[in-house]
Amino acid sequence: MSDTDIAAYALRLGDDALVLAQRMGDWIASAPQLEEDVALANIALDLLGQARALLTYAGALVLGADGGPRSEDDLTYLRDEREFVNAQLVELPDHGDFGHCIARLLVFSSWQYELYAALADSADQTLAAVAAKAVKEVDYHRDHATQWVLRLGDGTPMSRQRMQHALDAVWPHVEELFETDDLVVRLVSERVAVDPAELRTPVLAYVAAVVDRATLAVPVTTVRHSGGRRGIHTEAMGYLLAELQHLARSHPGATW
Amino acid sequence: MTEAGASAREWPLWEVFVRARRGLSHGHVGSLHAPDAAMALRNARDLYTRRQEGVSIWVVPAEAISASSPDEKDAFFDPAADKVYRHPTFYSVPDGVEHL
Amino acid sequence: MYGDHSGTPEQVWSHDAYADDGDADFLALIQADGRVEPRDAMPNAYRASLVRQIAQHAHSEIIGMQPEGNWISRAPSLKRKAILMAKVQDEAGHGLYLYAAAETLGVDRSELLDKLHTGRHKYSSIFNYPTLTWADMGAIGWLVDGAAIVNQVPITRCSYGPYARAMVRICKEESFHQRQGFEILHTLSNGSPAQHAMAQDAVDRWWWPSLMMFGPPDDASPNSERSMRWGIKRFSNDELRQRFVDMTVPQAQALGLTLPDPELAYDDTTGHWRTGAIDFTELFEVIAGNGPCNAARMAHRRGAHERGQWVRDAAAAYADKHRSATATGAVA
Repeated sequence: MSDTDIAAYALRLGDDALVLAQRMGDWIASAPQLEEDVALANIALDLLGQARALLTYAGALVLGADGGPRSEDDLTYLRDEREFVNAQLVELPDHGDFGHCIARLLVFSSWQYELYAALADSADQTLAAVAAKAVKEVDYHRDHATQWVLRLGDGTPMSRQRMQHALDAVWPHVEELFETDDLVVRLVSERVAVDPAELRTPVLAYVAAVVDRATLAVPVTTVRHSGGRRGIHTEAMGYLLAELQHLARSHPGATW
Repeated sequence: MTEAGASAREWPLWEVFVRARRGLSHGHVGSLHAPDAAMALRNARDLYTRRQEGVSIWVVPAEAISASSPDEKDAFFDPAADKVYRHPTFYSVPDGVEHL
Repeated sequence: MYGDHSGTPEQVWSHDAYADDGDADFLALIQADGRVEPRDAMPNAYRASLVRQIAQHAHSEIIGMQPEGNWISRAPSLKRKAILMAKVQDEAGHGLYLYAAAETLGVDRSELLDKLHTGRHKYSSIFNYPTLTWADMGAIGWLVDGAAIVNQVPITRCSYGPYARAMVRICKEESFHQRQGFEILHTLSNGSPAQHAMAQDAVDRWWWPSLMMFGPPDDASPNSERSMRWGIKRFSNDELRQRFVDMTVPQAQALGLTLPDPELAYDDTTGHWRTGAIDFTELFEVIAGNGPCNAARMAHRRGAHERGQWVRDAAAAYADKHRSATATGAVA
C-alpha cells in the first residue's frame, strides 16, 4: 500500500472533521439555549480532535516541499481551496438556522459512525486507532442530532416545517458521501479504507428511521451535488477558508 | 416570537446528581434546564462531566424533590444531638484490645 | 471566570437601605462564618442583593463568550482553536452554574435572562471592549481572567452556600484560562516584531479596563460595607485591585511587555506597586451604555435568544406530547 494513497485518504477524513468543526464552532455563543452552547462546543471539540489526528498522520506520510513532514497547521492554513478534499456537506453554511445545523449533523454523524465503526478494523494501525476512539464520540453526536430531529420534527407545526426544510436543503449533498473512486478502491483492496458505497444502506436506514419517528419525510430529490473529494467546492468554502486562514497567512512562518 | 398555540413555557429545572467514580454514591452537583428527562441527562453529561467528573448521572425534576424545612430543623435534627451512643467514639476500649 | 463589579453603581445595595439586617438566627450564623442555605430565612435585602450579584455575574459569563468567540473561527493554529473553544465553552458552563445558584433564591433563569435582554440587568463592562487582534485572546486571559480570579477567589467563602459552591467549581475549572492567556502573550512577545507589537498593543488596550474591573475606589463605593458585614464581600475594591497589580507587574516583566502607565512605581515603604490615577469617567461611560461594543453585545445575545425561540418551543411541545413515554430507570 502506498503512503501517498493513505495520506490522501486520511486527508479526506481529516478535512471532513476540520471543516465541520469550523462550522460547529460558529454556534458557540449563538445556540438556542445555553445548555446547547455547551453541547455543540463538545461536538466541535471532538471533531477538531479527530481532524488534528488525521491531518497530523497525513502530513507525516507525505513530505512537504522542504523535505520534512507537514504539520496539521501547514495542512490547515496553507492549502488552497482546491487542495481541500472534504465532502461538500460539511462546508454548507447554517445561516443561523439550528434546524440546518442539526439536519447536517444527523446525516454526517450517521455516516461517520458507520465509517469509523468499520475503519476500526483497518489494516492501517493508525487509522484503526483514530477510528476506534472517534466512533465513541460520533455515537454521541449522532444521538444528539437524533434527539433534536425528533423534537423539532414532532414539536410544533412551525418546527416541523423548518426541520423538513432543513432536511430538504442538505439532501442533495448526501449521496456524495457514498461515492467511491480509484483511490478508495485501491485502499479497500488492501483493507485500509472503508468503501463508502457500503455505508449507504446502514446510514440511510438509520437516518430514515429517525426522520420517520420525527413524523418527517425522507426528502426525494434527483439533485446530486458532488466534487468535494476532487477539490471542487461550493461558493461558501472560499469564505470559510478566508476566515480560517487569514491570520496564519498574514504572518508567514510565525509560531503561535 | 412564540408561534400561536405553541407552548411558550420555559424548560423545567432538573437537579443533577453525579457518581464521581465506582464505589461512591451519587452526589448533588447542580441543576440545569431541559425540556425532558432524555435531554436533561445529555445536558448534564455535557455540562457536569466534561472533565471526566463522573461515571453515572441521575437527573430529577426539581419540583419532585421534597425537602425538610429549616423551620422544622429543631424538631428534625436536634433530637439526634444527644444520641452520642450511636457513635463509636462514645465507648471506651481497654488498652491493647484490637480489631474493635 | 469574570468579575462582578461588587460595589459599583451597577449593583444596587441601596434600594433596600432601611430593611432590617436579619433576625438573630441569621446574624448569629453570619457572625459564626456559617453558610446560609436556600430555604433558610434571610433578610429580603440579602436575598435581593445576592440575586442581583449572582445574576450579573452569570450574565457576564454569557456575554463574555462573545469577545473571545469572535476569534474561534480565526485562531491561528488548531491547538489554539481547541483551547479557545474549550474556554468559551467553560464560560457558558460557568454562566449555567451561576444561574443555577441564583435560581435557588427563588428566581427563574428566564426571568433573569429577560432582564439582561431588556437592559434592566447589567454585566461586567469589560466585555464592551472590542477584541481587535489575536493578541486580545492573550490579554483577556492574562489580565481580564487574572483580575476576575482575584475578585472571585474570596467568593468561594461567600456566606451564601450555593454561590460559594458554584464559585469553587468555577475557580477550579478556570485554572487554565489565565495561564493560556499568558502563554499566548509570551509566544507573541518572543515571536516576530509584528507579533510582539500585536501583544504590546493588546496589553496597552486592556490594562486600564482590567483595573477598573474591581469597581470604583473604596471612598466612592458606599454600599460595600453592608455586603462585607453579610459575608458576601470579603475585601474592598481597592484591596483587591492592589493585590492584582502586585501580582501582575512582575508577570508583565517576564513577558517582556510594558504596562501603559508611566507613573507605575514600586513603593519601598509599603512593598506595593503604585499605579497612576485611574480615569473612572471612561468606566462610567461604558456602564452608561456608551462603550464601543455595548450595542453589538446586546444585539448578538438577543438575536441568539430570539432565533432559538422556535427550538425551545418545539422541545417543550415535544415533551408535552411524550411525557408519559419518558424513559425512567431504577436508581441505586
